[in-house]
Amino acid sequence: MARIEAEVGKPQGGFMKWIDDRFPFTETMKAHATEYYASKNFNWWYIFGVLATVVLVIQLVTGIFLTMNYKPAAADAFASVEYIMRDVEWGWLIRYMHSTGASFFFIVVYLHMFRAMLYGSYKKPRELIWIIGMMIFFVLMAEGFAGYLLPWGQMSYWGAQVIISLFGAIPGIGEALVEFIRGDYSISDITLNRFFALHVIVLPLALIALVFVHIVALHHVGSNNPDGIEIKEHKGPDGVPLDGVPFHPHHTSKDLVGIIVFLMIFSGVVFFAPEMGGYFLEHANFEPANMTATPEHIAPVWYYTPYYAILRAVPSKLWGFILFAIAVVLPLFLPWLDRCRVRSIRYRGWMYKSALSIFVVTFITLGWLGTQPAEGIYVMGARIFSFLYFMFFLLMPYYTSIDKTKPVPDRVT
Amino acid sequence: MLRTVTAIAALFIAAEGIAAGGGADLEPADIEPGNIASLQRGARNYMNYCSGCHSAQYVRFNTIGKDLELSEEELIDNLMFNAEKTFDTIRAAMPAGDAARWFGQAPPDMSLMARAKGADYIFNFLKSFYLDPDSPTGVDNTVLAGTSMPHVLWELQGYQAAVFEEHHDGDVTTLVFQHFEPVTEGSLDSEDYDEFVRDTVNFLAYIAEPIRSDRRKIGTWVIMYLIVFFVIAVMLKKQIWKDVK
Amino acid sequence: MNEDDVDRIDRNRRHFLAVATAVTGAVGIGAATIPFLSSLKPSARAQALGAPVEVPLGSIQPGEMVRVLWRGRLVFVLRRDEGMLSRFPDNSELRDPDSLVAEQQPDYAANETRSVRPEYLVVEGSCTHLGCAPLEDFEVRPSEGWGGGFFCPCHGSKFDLAGRVYKGVPAPTNLRVPPHRFVRDDLILIGQDTGAA
Repeated sequence: MARIEAEVGKPQGGFMKWIDDRFPFTETMKAHATEYYASKNFNWWYIFGVLATVVLVIQLVTGIFLTMNYKPAAADAFASVEYIMRDVEWGWLIRYMHSTGASFFFIVVYLHMFRAMLYGSYKKPRELIWIIGMMIFFVLMAEGFAGYLLPWGQMSYWGAQVIISLFGAIPGIGEALVEFIRGDYSISDITLNRFFALHVIVLPLALIALVFVHIVALHHVGSNNPDGIEIKEHKGPDGVPLDGVPFHPHHTSKDLVGIIVFLMIFSGVVFFAPEMGGYFLEHANFEPANMTATPEHIAPVWYYTPYYAILRAVPSKLWGFILFAIAVVLPLFLPWLDRCRVRSIRYRGWMYKSALSIFVVTFITLGWLGTQPAEGIYVMGARIFSFLYFMFFLLMPYYTSIDKTKPVPDRVT
Repeated sequence: MLRTVTAIAALFIAAEGIAAGGGADLEPADIEPGNIASLQRGARNYMNYCSGCHSAQYVRFNTIGKDLELSEEELIDNLMFNAEKTFDTIRAAMPAGDAARWFGQAPPDMSLMARAKGADYIFNFLKSFYLDPDSPTGVDNTVLAGTSMPHVLWELQGYQAAVFEEHHDGDVTTLVFQHFEPVTEGSLDSEDYDEFVRDTVNFLAYIAEPIRSDRRKIGTWVIMYLIVFFVIAVMLKKQIWKDVK
Repeated sequence: MNEDDVDRIDRNRRHFLAVATAVTGAVGIGAATIPFLSSLKPSARAQALGAPVEVPLGSIQPGEMVRVLWRGRLVFVLRRDEGMLSRFPDNSELRDPDSLVAEQQPDYAANETRSVRPEYLVVEGSCTHLGCAPLEDFEVRPSEGWGGGFFCPCHGSKFDLAGRVYKGVPAPTNLRVPPHRFVRDDLILIGQDTGAA
C-alpha cells in the first residue's frame, strides 16, 4: 500500500502516463484516496460506512452465485434453496453469507445512521448526503423485502401477504394497487417471478447508483467528525487541513482493522449460528409456503419490526399504514427538524442528549415489540413507544432551538 | 488464541442454542449431534419406522453414508430397502396421494422438520400419543392435538392414557393435561423408548442440516485466520498513524 | 542513532508490515474464492443424474445401433455383424488407426475394433471437431470406397465403423469411447468401468 502511494505521488512516464492521458486514474486516486483528507479524530462510529460497502460487496458476490442455482418459480423455489444448501458444493456457505449479510446490512446501516445523529452529520452542508443515504435505506428495505419472498417458505409467503396488503389501506386505489404489485389475485408464481427481477436487477442497480452518488457527495463536502467542526477551515501553508490525514494510507489502514473485526463477528454468525436464534433465518421459513395455513406467530424479519410495531399499534388499517409510512420517511427531514447550530453531541445540551437516548431505547423497544404477539400489554407498549418515536422528531425543532450548547472548539480534540 | 476462539465459538453456539428452544414446557431432547453411533441407530430407526410414510426428499443416501461413516454395503444392507441408488434421495414407500386419502393429509417431508419445529418438539411429540376413542386413528397427541398421524411406535412404547384435570373459569371448562398412565406395555421400557426416540430425533436434526458439524470446523479456521490478520493489520495501522498527533 | 536512522527503520518496518498485510489479505481472498469457484462444479444432483446408465443388449440385432444418453451426452451402442467387422478401411486412410490418442478411449478399448468385445462398439455420438452428432451411414458403397461408418453433417467429418476418423476431414481425433463394462453378456453399464472391463 505504501508503494502505491509513492508511485502515485511522483510524475509518471510509460504505462501510467499512457493511462492517465486517457483516463484520470492518478488524478482520481489523489482526489479520493491519497489526497482526500478526513479528520484524524474519527472514532469507531466512523467504521460503519465502509462496513456497509463491505456488506454490499458480500451481498452482490454471493447473490450472483445464488442466482446461478436458484429457480424463481413457485414450484421450484423452496427446493432450489435446499438444493443450494445440500447439493451444490459450498452452496450452504454462499447462502448463509447472503442471509447473514442481509441482517448485517441493516445492523451496519442503522449504526451508520445513528452515527450521523450523534455528530450532526446531516447538517449543512451535508443535507444531500443524508437524503441520498435515506434513499439508500428505502431501497434497502425494498431489496430486503423482495429478497425475503424468494425462499418461498411460510414466512416468505405470509410476510409478503401482510406487507403487500398494507397498500390496500390506501383509499380508492388500494385494492387495485395490491393486485398490480402482485400481478395476480394472490401472491403467486407471478409475484415471485417479478420480486426476483426486482431483487436481482432493479433494486441492486438503484442501490449501487445511489451509493456512488452518496460517496461523490461526501467527497465533495468532506467528512464530518466527532467534534462536528470543519477541518477545511484550518489549512497549513501547503493547503492541507491541519487536522486532516489522507484517506489512504491512514484511514484505509484503520478501516482494515475494523473490517477484520467485522468479519470475525460475521463469520461467527455464518459458521456458528446462521439462524441467530430464529432472528436471521426464521424457523417457519423452513416449511414450504402453504396457502392454506398461516403460521401461528407471524412477524417480519427483525429489521422491519420497529416500523411493524408502529403499524400494529394503531387500531385502524388506514391510519396504521399512514403512521407506518410517516415513521419510515420522517428521518428524511432531520436536517431541517434539527435547529441546533452545533453539530456534535459532545457540545450539545442535555435536551438533545436525553431525547436521543430516549429515541434509542424507543427504537430498540419497538423492534422487540414488533416480534411479540399483538395483544395486551404489548399493544399498549407499542402505542407508548410509537408516541415517543414521533415526538422525538416532531418536537425536535422546539427542543433543539432552546437547548443550551457548550462552546465548540476551533480545532478537533 | 485458541481460548479466544473457543470463547467466541461458545458464544455463537449458545446463540444457536436458542433456536432449539421452542415451546416452554417441552422436555429437552438432549440429542448428541456428534455421536455417530446414535446417528446410525437413528438412521436405522427412521428407515424402519418413518420412511414408509415420510419422505426426506432433499437427503441423499450417499451423504448419509459419508457423514455417518457407513460403507456402501452397510448403506445398502441396512438403510436402503427400495432398491434405490446410493445417490438417490429418501422417498416415502407410500405414494403421497394414497397417504393423503388414508390420513386426510399427506405425511409431511422430514428433511427440514427439525429446523422448522425444533428437536425438542419432535422428541416430545413422539412420546405423547395417548388413547382417544374419538379419533379415527385411535390416538391423539398432547403436543399436536388432533394429529392425523397414528401411533406408529406403539409396539415399542405401548399405549398410554392421558389424565386431564378440569379447570373451571366461570362457565368455561378447560381440560388441562396432567400426566400419562401406561395402558399396555411395549417391547421397550420407558428409558429405552426415550433413547430410541432420542436417536431418531438426533438423525432428524442431522438431516435438517447435514453440513452443521463441518461448518463449525471450517468456521474455527476462518476465525483463527482473521485473528492473525487482525494482529498484522493493527501493527500496520499503528505504524502508519505513529506520527499523527 | 540519529533521526535519519529512526526514519529509515520506521520506513522499513512500515514497508514490511504493508507487504505482510497485503500478502495475508491476498491469501484470505484467495481462500475465499475456492468455495465460490467450487460451487460451479457439477453438483450432487448433477452427479446423481450423471450416474452410469445400463443398456440391455438383448434386443439389439446384429447390424443395429441404439442411441442412449449418459450425463446428457449421446452414446452410440452399435452391434457390429461379421460383415461390418471385415470392412474396416485401410489404415493409410485413417488419421489414428491404432488409437494412439490416449484421451479418446480407455486402455481396454485401444485396440483395432476399439471395443471390449469386438461385436459391440460403444462411442460417444459427438463429433470431435465441434460436437455435432454424427449420422450413421452403414450402407456399403464400393465405388466411393465407403465401407460404412459415421458422417458428421456439420462439417463433413467421416469415421469408420470403429469410430476412427478418416484423413482429410476437420475432426482431429477418433470418436471418444466412454468408460463402460459388461455387467452380464447382455447388459452394458456406460459410465463406469471399475471391476472387470
